[in-house]
Amino acid sequence: MTSETETGKVQAKPEPILQIKKLCIDYPIAIGTVQAVRDVSIDLYDGEALGLVGESGCGKSTLGLAILDLVREPGKIASGEILYHGRDILKMPKAEVLALRGQGVAMVFQNPLTSLNPLMKIKDHFLETIQQHKPDILKKDALRMTAELLEELGIDKKRMDDYPHQLSGGMRQRIMIALGLIMNPDIIIADEPTTSLDVIVEAGFVDLLNRLRMKFELSIILITHNLGLVAEIADRIVVMYGGKIMEEGTAEMIFHRPYHPYTAGLINCVPNIDVDQAKLTTMAGSPPDLVHPPKGCRFQPRCPKALERCAVEEPQLLTYRDGRRAACWLYPEEF
Amino acid sequence: MDRKSNTGAAAEAAFSPAAGMGRLFRWLSEKNKRYGAEWWIMIAGILIIALIVFAAVCPTVFTKFDPLDQNAGTQLGAPNAEHLFGTDNLSRDIFSRMMYGSRTILGVAIAAALVSSLIGIPLGLLSGFIGGWFDKTLSLVMDSLYSFPGLILAISFAAMLGPGVINITVAVAVIYIPTYFRLVRGQTLTIKEELYVEAARAIGAKRSMILFKYIFPNVIATVVVVFSLNIADAIMTEAALSYIGLGLPGSIPDWGMDLSMGKKFLPSGVWWMITFPGVMIMILALGFTMLGEGLAEILNPKLLEK
Amino acid sequence: MKNLLKYIVSRVLLTIPMLFILLSLVFVVLRVMPGDPVSAMLGDHAPAHVIREKQLELGLDKPIFVQYLNYLGQIARFDLGESMVYKQRVVDTMKDKLPATVELTVIAMIFTLLIGIPLGAFAASKRRSARDFGIRLYGNIVYCIPVYWMGLMLQLLFGIFLNWLPIAGRTSARTFVTDFARSNFYIIDTIVAGNWAALGDVLIHIFLPSLTLGITLSGVFLRLTRANMLDTLKSDYVLAARARGIPEKHVVYRHALKNAFIPILTMLGLQFATLLAGAILTESTFSWPGIGRLLLERIYLRDYPVIQGVIVVYALLVSLISMLVDIIYAFIDPRVKY
Repeated sequence: MTSETETGKVQAKPEPILQIKKLCIDYPIAIGTVQAVRDVSIDLYDGEALGLVGESGCGKSTLGLAILDLVREPGKIASGEILYHGRDILKMPKAEVLALRGQGVAMVFQNPLTSLNPLMKIKDHFLETIQQHKPDILKKDALRMTAELLEELGIDKKRMDDYPHQLSGGMRQRIMIALGLIMNPDIIIADEPTTSLDVIVEAGFVDLLNRLRMKFELSIILITHNLGLVAEIADRIVVMYGGKIMEEGTAEMIFHRPYHPYTAGLINCVPNIDVDQAKLTTMAGSPPDLVHPPKGCRFQPRCPKALERCAVEEPQLLTYRDGRRAACWLYPEEF
Repeated sequence: MDRKSNTGAAAEAAFSPAAGMGRLFRWLSEKNKRYGAEWWIMIAGILIIALIVFAAVCPTVFTKFDPLDQNAGTQLGAPNAEHLFGTDNLSRDIFSRMMYGSRTILGVAIAAALVSSLIGIPLGLLSGFIGGWFDKTLSLVMDSLYSFPGLILAISFAAMLGPGVINITVAVAVIYIPTYFRLVRGQTLTIKEELYVEAARAIGAKRSMILFKYIFPNVIATVVVVFSLNIADAIMTEAALSYIGLGLPGSIPDWGMDLSMGKKFLPSGVWWMITFPGVMIMILALGFTMLGEGLAEILNPKLLEK
Repeated sequence: MKNLLKYIVSRVLLTIPMLFILLSLVFVVLRVMPGDPVSAMLGDHAPAHVIREKQLELGLDKPIFVQYLNYLGQIARFDLGESMVYKQRVVDTMKDKLPATVELTVIAMIFTLLIGIPLGAFAASKRRSARDFGIRLYGNIVYCIPVYWMGLMLQLLFGIFLNWLPIAGRTSARTFVTDFARSNFYIIDTIVAGNWAALGDVLIHIFLPSLTLGITLSGVFLRLTRANMLDTLKSDYVLAARARGIPEKHVVYRHALKNAFIPILTMLGLQFATLLAGAILTESTFSWPGIGRLLLERIYLRDYPVIQGVIVVYALLVSLISMLVDIIYAFIDPRVKY
């Protein structure tokens, strides 16, 4: 194991339960290959909540799907490893990957309004999942399990007989979470879980996720562009830009002393009533063309602090003394 | 058959054949990269159509026989070197009948598609644009016609009008008017609500101006695709009518009629009298379908999925 | 359930203007036709007074407008009238012909769906592979094959060269139809009568014509299924199902196909008209005694009431099917409410 992967805030903790190593994902399109994810290495420890942030198109959702080996066609994992409890998901036999999905790692999707099959009753979603993973469980026990979990999440069990279109957005979001939890996974990947919810429902969602995390001893990967949400849930934050990791550190480091200008830029974009802000800033420029990524640092064309060197040479992801990692020429030495 | 005229590289290609072909090929493969298989499907469709159009324009290049000559060969002769497709019950050369017959079917199908689009498009535009009771009444009539099996209408019309090239064209044209009407009306309704049309209205553009400057050009792209697919359909309908015996006088060579003639000799195993007319109808229809699908993919990938 | 009933009633009422428009059109078309039933029956050389007598008898002497109103009145009383050529009520003329057509189209539709939907779903799940390309090619070619030519080729192959299957009629001469015919749906009749030999005979007769009709329409359904499947396979609930560990087979056929089926159902309603049109040509090719052949026969004889009757029946069949489709909708899609 390289020194790089052993970093992170917690030395005391044992082996990570999920290790992503040097992952590269390509999307072949008509005019070339989109380098959607490049050389991404991330560790996830037991019970930890990791925030994966960046603008849309930075590869964070693709990375989330890759963990379940579900990268959308025609995307392909070009190289790298994804170790779940030390075993590479990408090399597992098909049956084991199927068993892992939902049972080891579960996913909660962006859009609860379209993530449930409109032609299936709520309970049938659960039954299908339970019977797929545990064929021995009787139907009536499976229904009881479902009812209990739904009540836990504050949904009347009578709703099990409803079809998705009969429920509100917030309810469907909670049902998606319940569907994720039903097989007792140890990792939940939540991909933009609140984008389609209104603010009040979003607040409820944060409380719920924090509560469930304790109760079910979950590790969480929260994929979002919403820094406010990350601040409320995540212990550690990975900032991605253009398919690469720009910076990684504890929530505190990222929010209070960001190294990377991109991280700083992201934080400046968040409207914040606590900090005295003269005006709301937006970040200039647009996400990079990933078919022909910029030479040197990928953020360099938009970077307010870019040096001459940034356009020539790509900065390496270095580990600093406080445990954070960053890839920026402003901090060329490990210190 | 001038393949280059279809590609736009014609002017360059004229200078030196070898360099021209090279450039043409590069241009084609560049388009291939952009549009994939659909591009080649369209090219194949154009080639098929071009070949048959060429046969229709100058059939003498392909055959020395007169399609009506009843002494061209033996009676019901099987295909051989002299009569590639054999001869029919009246000793006429079937290959020659195919070449000359392409004139009839192409002419009728294209003319019918033109007639029905020339009636259906303006009606659809007006109906969608004006709205109100005019739209309601016209839509009801068109929907009724559309939901009814078109061939039955065509049969009634063809029977009413009697045999003849113009008559069969009218009979085929009638049943496709609702197709254009519905398509154009639907598009007009959508485009009418678009922001840029709203904006034009807001700055006081005239109604006629909005119709011709904004709505019509947008509608026409879709119509091109449907026109090509419509010709394919019209080909099959024309052939069906003359197969039933409602189409044309016997003095005009026609694929559908040859097919119905061949049907009589099917029990004696005269396969060549039915095989070749059918293959010709199929290939011609396939050409227009491929052209239409390729165009659809290139102009508007979502169109045919609906 | 009460809502459904209300819906059906409103649908039936909606077919009335459609019928009215079609009948008016056909009436005009037919009456302007050169030739009339009298000269078709008596020939051109009949004495003038005989023709005159016949015209009076059939009411053809009255002004066209009066004839039109009379006819509409008749239809409103659910009376299709009497043939002008043979002494027979139109309803009786069609009694054994309509079941033949319905039997042919229903079996053909089954062939269409059995061929088109699985092939389309399979092609979509193997997108961009050689198999996908092959299936699409089949779909495009089949779409461009004229149904009557396909019929002739199949007759030539299976009927003449191989001599496996009959190429004409609903039964062979050996089978006595009067032994079992009740409803004139021969498949049902022979099963009810327990006459298995006759059933076998009926089935081998219907096989080729219905297969012909079914294959030619399968291309449309194949393409539609494929396109819809590609859409549903991209949908969020399919990805979510995969993420829950549902095997690909179930994802494709249980989640995606079932959702893709809804637009296919719409198409089924629309394509039924195409199927009926194809049935006319198939009936003519296979000497199948259905209403399509009846129509062609009587068009030559200018037998107005029968022609109009057949058109009415076709229009009713089309509306009946689209109504059925809407009702099936309500059962498949929980979001649809009447």
